[in-house]
Formats: sequence, structure tokens, C-alpha cells
Amino acid sequence: MKDLLIELFSEEIPSGMQALGSMNFKKLMTEGLVDAGLTYENAAVFFTPTRLVLIVSGLIDMSSSEILERRGPRTDAPENAVLGFLRSTGLKRNDLEVQKVKNGEFFFAKIKKPGRPSGAIVSETLKKTIEGFPWPKSMRWGAGTMKWARPLKNIMGILYDETGANVIDLTIDGLVANNKSVGHRFLAGQSFSVNSFDDLKLKLKKSFVILDQAERRAEIKNSATNGAFALGFDVVEDELLLNEVTGLVEWPTVLIGQIDKEFLELPAEVLQVSMRQHQKFFSLKRKKTNRIEGFITVANIKTKDQGATILRGNQKVLSARLSDAKFFLENDLRVVNSGMLSWIEKLKNVTFHKKLGNQNERVERLRVKSIELSDIVGANKKLVEQAALFAKADLASEMVYEFPELQGVMGSHYAKFCDFPVEVALAIREHYSPLGPTDKCPTEPVSVTVSLADKLDVLISFWKAGERPTGSKDPFALRRAALGVIRLLVENNISLDLVSQMSSLENEKALDLLNFIYDRFRVFLRDDDVTHDIVDACLAANSNNDIFISYLKAKALSKVLNSESGRDLVQGFKRSNNILTKAESDDGVSYELDPDTKFFEVKEEHELWSDLNNLSDEVAKAVAQNNFSVAVEYLAELRKPIDNFFSMVKVNSENSIVRRNRLCLLHRIKTTITKIADLSLIEG
Amino acid sequence: MTNKTNKPKSFQEIIFRLQRYWSDFGCAIMQPYDIEVGAGTFHPATTLRALGPKPWAVAYVQPSRRPTDGRYGENPNRLQHYYQFQVLIKPSPEDFQSLYLKSLEVIGIDLKLHDIRFVEDDWESPTLGAWGLGWEVWCDGMEVSQFTYFQQMAGYDCKPVSGEITYGLERLAMYVLGVNHVMELPFNDPSSMHHVKYGDIFMQVEAEYSRWNFDVADTKILFQHFEDAEKECKAILATKEIDPKFEKRIVMAHPAYDQCLKASHLFNLLDARGVISVTERQAYIGRVRALAKACADGFLLTDAGGYLE
Repeated sequence: MKDLLIELFSEEIPSGMQALGSMNFKKLMTEGLVDAGLTYENAAVFFTPTRLVLIVSGLIDMSSSEILERRGPRTDAPENAVLGFLRSTGLKRNDLEVQKVKNGEFFFAKIKKPGRPSGAIVSETLKKTIEGFPWPKSMRWGAGTMKWARPLKNIMGILYDETGANVIDLTIDGLVANNKSVGHRFLAGQSFSVNSFDDLKLKLKKSFVILDQAERRAEIKNSATNGAFALGFDVVEDELLLNEVTGLVEWPTVLIGQIDKEFLELPAEVLQVSMRQHQKFFSLKRKKTNRIEGFITVANIKTKDQGATILRGNQKVLSARLSDAKFFLENDLRVVNSGMLSWIEKLKNVTFHKKLGNQNERVERLRVKSIELSDIVGANKKLVEQAALFAKADLASEMVYEFPELQGVMGSHYAKFCDFPVEVALAIREHYSPLGPTDKCPTEPVSVTVSLADKLDVLISFWKAGERPTGSKDPFALRRAALGVIRLLVENNISLDLVSQMSSLENEKALDLLNFIYDRFRVFLRDDDVTHDIVDACLAANSNNDIFISYLKAKALSKVLNSESGRDLVQGFKRSNNILTKAESDDGVSYELDPDTKFFEVKEEHELWSDLNNLSDEVAKAVAQNNFSVAVEYLAELRKPIDNFFSMVKVNSENSIVRRNRLCLLHRIKTTITKIADLSLIEG
Repeated sequence: MTNKTNKPKSFQEIIFRLQRYWSDFGCAIMQPYDIEVGAGTFHPATTLRALGPKPWAVAYVQPSRRPTDGRYGENPNRLQHYYQFQVLIKPSPEDFQSLYLKSLEVIGIDLKLHDIRFVEDDWESPTLGAWGLGWEVWCDGMEVSQFTYFQQMAGYDCKPVSGEITYGLERLAMYVLGVNHVMELPFNDPSSMHHVKYGDIFMQVEAEYSRWNFDVADTKILFQHFEDAEKECKAILATKEIDPKFEKRIVMAHPAYDQCLKASHLFNLLDARGVISVTERQAYIGRVRALAKACADGFLLTDAGGYLE
């Protein structure tokens, strides 16, 4: 048994590709080895900007041998045929076996396919892996034909145990595998030879490379936190940036700097985005002021001046960037001072989508829709109109042109600068939310109204243009918009007839959009552990296409249906409904009338009827108050009278009057229960 | 080679050292192209010579114009006219990164004192129909160069691959010389008889061009020039390959490409004037790309493009 160690050393691979690349490297190699008959004990993979390192331990030395059986000619075949078979198998006549099978007697050859040494398999597998590597984007270089994420410079590959290490025999496009590795580009000396994984790790560390990405990540995080703390700062957490930075350095050195005073007036979001985006700096909040006043940059080198030169350089770049931001802000404020209307005019030149016109037209639709929705949401119409009108104004600002992710945020700052009411400024910021399932959902009525209007407008506009998402493609984030509509309605207790909102769409498109939103609704509730059949049962009983009410019903129903009485209620309902549906279809009538108590024959009929009457009122009362958990509990009380009824009564009585009367009773069960949900859609 | 502790004293000395360095490596040191371009990449010594199979190694300074970046000379880092130092080597050499790093040492950057990083940057030029992979090179957080392995040029796969380095000379010089505002850069040695700063030469020029680019340039004339350049480019390429005067085959890829460059710059000027809407933008870029593609087609029919008669 041996351990296999491979290092693929290249020029700097983009940080975002390293983790996935390393996982693919491990997967392709280990699967390839196993497919070729080599088993192993453990495998792990490591990466830095310039290397992918795979260690496979406990790899067996030979793949196991196999015996292949081949049928030859019949025993009575001409001599030439037999000789040909011997030639092709490389066997002698004595080696052949004779076997009787159902259509005669045949020669059989047993060919032993010997196991192959791991070295040969490893080099084949590695060659295949490198040549077919699934980088999201790869390139060629020089005059070669090989492709890699960036030029591949060296392949180190050894199979080793305590007796020594052997280099893998492999040449690809001029690169010959060897046992060499090299340390940090600027800090380390010559390349060195490697005889084991531990040896590599140790020598790399001496050569200023922390191979293990988790170790580098922890090192950055700890130094940043401790360093910031010592200076009275808190690091603004940013896991994505931490991952990215981990993939940019081999020998991380955390350096802490302060933002020039003249820029502290810039909005915090501008500081953060500018530092993160352009410089890959972490933001530091000063504990005392609770403001962003510092930054952390992670260098890839240790210097004799403790990074002073590096920090000075970074500080200078930051100042230049921020003075640019200040320049944009000052230009923007000139427009803001005059009321921002010129921006809305300018939005005529900004395309929203080629089939959907420009952003100015979008603003007008948004304004109309927002006003329309303000009563339903319960928001001040004047504020809603102002917020809708200026919601997209910042798309014409220089700051948002430079930092698109600050849309809404800058608009909000500018609105405050104009002394717009706080609700308006907040709505301008929040109307893009929620951006997905975990993003904060607006709750202020003005924000909710404009956000809802914006999402409905986007959905309706795209449907009108025939641009619904297909398959996994959703470039305009319409699924997210639909989820936004759902969350806004559900989390703010808003009853809204969705179909009436889609009156500008043709019927077919409106139905398709409604189903699209319902699909998102099923996913939304699935994440809440409500199964799709419960959602469907509630949607089927939902004459107003009202998401909020369906949500309340589904949650209440889901809770009750998890109990035994709930499951029995479903069975009782289904039984009742089956009989009723069949009878109505056989007889061609609908048994909508109230039953007549004088035709009841047993007390179970009386009991069921009186329970239905009593409960109907209670259910109606609870429904009127949107108190569906109470309504559903009342329904659950029907389970017993329904069960008793069916155990004592045969619905299809010979007496047609009694039969009709009982069917009317069943019809009443149906209308009572389907006020909440169509339980026939519940599975099981 | 220059001692690395010996810092350059001026903007022009940085250029001299880079030229010397790449000359010593074996590059032909060419001079700037005499038509307005947005970047060194547009010089035919890069755009056209990256095409075809023939080896090639050049370096040159290229004045570059970006009308929208004009700031009247007031912004410490932004100019509508600046200089790039461009290196193009085909096929890209094996130790291209180390060669580049050595060039930084030559202009006085101590690699053990600074943080030099190769940060992902996928380069794409929609107007040239070109793309490549590589990095922007950061020195202490500042982008000082672009480093690209060309994969496609004018729609053609680059085989072999050219390696391109573009140094942003003003930024690099500001860093090396420790100057905070571009106009303060010593253009020549401060101890020379007639010392000039960058601003002595360009401050007024930047203000003049900024005003003209943004507010004055006659857009009607610019639109007309664009149409003319496009028309002439197509006409040149449509001309029969055989010159009737000498009965010789002469494909005029370079004159056609000049017209393509003019069209490209005119588009940039119109853009700065703010008269091209978002939707039209794509259409104009597409027209320039079509010209670049046609010029590339023409170049591949010439000797330099590897055409064999």
C-alpha cells in the first residue's frame, strides 16, 4: 500500500474557481482510480492560488486480476477456426476447455487479465483528469494545446511509503511529472524535492506557504479580529470576502489602516462597497462611534518594515477611490438639490428591457400600481406616490452608475437630503426587498406598497412580453420577484386578489403567471414543512386567489392533519365526497338542498346534521376573523359524527327519498369543509 | 541592467528603462501609432500581429485616449489622454510572469517590500471581438498592469497564444516616484536644465480636451466622420487584391484598419458627448467590431498574417 501525492502548480487561479476546482480534482481522480480497480483509504485536497494538492492514502499496489471467459468455435468446427481462436487468445490447445451449452459443444478460453500496478493507473487517471478538467473557463498559452484555468507550470506526483517515493511516469504537452515543489514566489528560495505529504506541508510552511485553506482562513480571521479589537474596532463580518481573500494569498499578513477623515462623511454603504469591491478590504467599525472608520487589507507577504510600505500604498489607493466616490456624490448632490426630477427624465434614456421600454415608463407604471395598492395595504397614498415616483431616480445618478449594488441605498440618502418624509426615504431603499428567502422583508406600509407594486409590475410586464423563465434560466430573477410578492403578502397580513391585479394580461398569460406564483408558493411552504397537497387543497378552496388566506389555511390545516383525528377527518371527507360525487354524476343533479330532518331514520343522522349546523356557524365566524386554526379545529370535531354516520348508515338506501336526503347531508359536509380546503386533494 | 535600488527620477526614465529591459529581452521597440486609440491593444502591432501563426515580440509606448475619463486635469488619477506601455510576445514565453516581475524591479519596485498580486481579470474587447484570460497586477492594492493571454482576436482563435502586458505608465510612475497627483509627476529629471512636470505639459491640454469632449465637439460632424470611416474601411477591403498598376497582389489590411480605428475613436467621442443611447450603443459597437473582423480577415490574407501564395 502506498500514498499518492499530487501537486498541480500553475499561475494564479481565480479565487472563485479554487474550491470547486479542488473538489472536482479529488472527485475525478478518486473515481478514476476506483473505476480502474484501485481502492484507497482516504483522500483530501488542498488549494492555494497557485496549487491544487491531492493526497490519496492507502492506495493498493495492484488492481486485482480478473479472469475473462471467451467462447470459441464449436468442437466440431474446422481446424482453421480453432487455430484462429488459439491465435487470438494466445493460448495452446490444452488450455482450452470444452463446455456444453444449449446449442452445442464449444471451446472456451479462460484469459487471465493480470492486475496492473498502481503507478500506471495513477498516471493514466491523472492524464485523463488534467486533459478533461471541467474548469468553468479555461485557456491555452504559448504554442501548446493543453488547457487549464491559467498556465500549468509543474506537475509533482509521487507514490510513496516508508521505504521511499517514486515519481509518476507522466508527460503532458511537454510537462514531465517530477517530485519538485516550490514555495512563496517572493519569500522562498529554490524549488525542493518532496517525499511525502507531511514533507510537502512542512517544507511549504518553511517556504512561506500555508497549504491548508482552512488554516489560512482561520489565520486571517483571527489576526483580523484580534488586531481590530486591540485598536478599538470591530470587523464587519463578510464570509464571502473572507473566502475570496483566502484564495488570494499563500502567506497572509493582516494590515490595519484608518480611513482618511475627509471621507468619513461618505455614506457607510459607499465606504463598504468601494473598499470591498475594488480593494478587497474588510470594513472596520469603531466601537466608540459605531461608524466605519478603518479597514483591513490582507497582504501576501511579510516584509522587513512590517508591511508599512504596503499599508501606505493601499491607503493611497483607497483615498483615490474615495475621492472619486466623493466626486460622484458631489455631482449627484447638485442634481438632488434641484429635486431629482431631471433624473426621472433622464431615465427615458435607460433601457429597462428591450421589449419593455425604458425606466421612465416603468416608473410611471410603478406609480399607478402603487397608488392602486395603497388602500389594500393601508398606506398613505401621498407618500406612496412620492416614493414610487422617486424609487428608481438613483438609477440615473453617477454613484449608482459606478456602484450598481447601491441602487435604492443612494436614492434613500438623496431623498433624506431633499427632506422627503422618512417613510418615503425608507421605501426608496426597501422597495427592492426582499431579495430572496432570507433577506429582510419590508414592514412599513409605504415600503410594502411600492415593493409589492414593483414586483407585480415586473412579473406582469415580463409575462406580457412573453419572457417567462424557462428551465433553470431566470436572468431577470422573476422567481425571486414572485417569492417577494408572497413574502410581502404573508408577512404583512395582506389579502389581495392576485387575478384582479393581472387584468392587463390575456387570460391565458394571467393563468400562467398565477400558476407560476403558486409554484413559488408551494416551494415557500415546503420550506415551512407544509406538503404540496395541503397547499393545493387550500388553493383549490380559494376563490379569491388570495395568497395570505391560503397561507393561513395551509399552516392551520397542516398542524391538524398531522394528528390522528385530522387524518380520520380526511378519510371521512373523502368517503363522503366519493359517494356524493358518484351519485351526482349518476343522477345528473346537484344535492344542494338542506336535508329534511323528518326523513332521518337514525340518531346518527340527527347528530351529524345538528353538529354541521352548529359548526358551520362557528367556522364561518372564525373564517371571518381569519382565525383558521380555530376554524380547522372545529372542522376536526366533525370527524366523530361523520364516522358514526358512516358506521350506522347506508347512504344509498332503497328508499329514494331517504337516499336523496342523505346525499343532501353529504353535500352539506362538503360545503362546510371546502370553505377551508378541498380535502379530496390530500394524499394518502 | 539597472540596479534595482537605483530608483528612476522621472516619468520618462521609467519609459526608458522599460524599453531597455524589453529590448534586452529581444523585443522590437516600436513607436506609438499615429492614430487616436483607446488603448495600446489597438495598435496594429498588437491587434493584427496577434493573428496568424508567425512569432512576434514588440514593446512600445502608446498614447491612449478615453474621452469620458476627462476631469479637466483636476482628478489626481484620471485623464482623457494618458500613456500605456505595451508588450506583446507571441507565443507567450514560458516564464512570462517572472519576466514581468523583473521589469518591475528594473523600474525600482522592491519585490520584497511590496505586495504584488495577480488578481483575476478576464479581458474582453467587444469592439475588437477579442478576449483573453489573465490578471490585473496589483502593487499594494493599486492596479499597475494588465496581463493577458489572448484567446481570441477579431473572432479568430489565437494560435499560438500571444501574451500581452500593459503598464499604466502614469499610475506606475506616481507610485514609484511617490507622487500623489498625476500633474505633479516629474516628466524629466528634476535636476535637468529645463525641468518640466507632467502638468506643465498636460494640465492645460486636459482642460481643453475635457471641455471639447464633453460640451463642444460637433456631434453632427462626428457622426458623419463615423459613417465616412466605416464606408472607406469597407471600400478598401472590397478592392481587388491585384493592383492593376503592377499586376501585384496587395491586400490593404492596414489602411483599412486605420479607418476602423478612426471609427472606434469617433464612437468614443460621441459617447462622451452623451448622444448615444443605451440601445444605440450596442449597435455602434457591433459596427466597429464588424470592421475589425473584416480587417482581420484581410490581414490573414497577407504575408505577415501567415498567408502563403
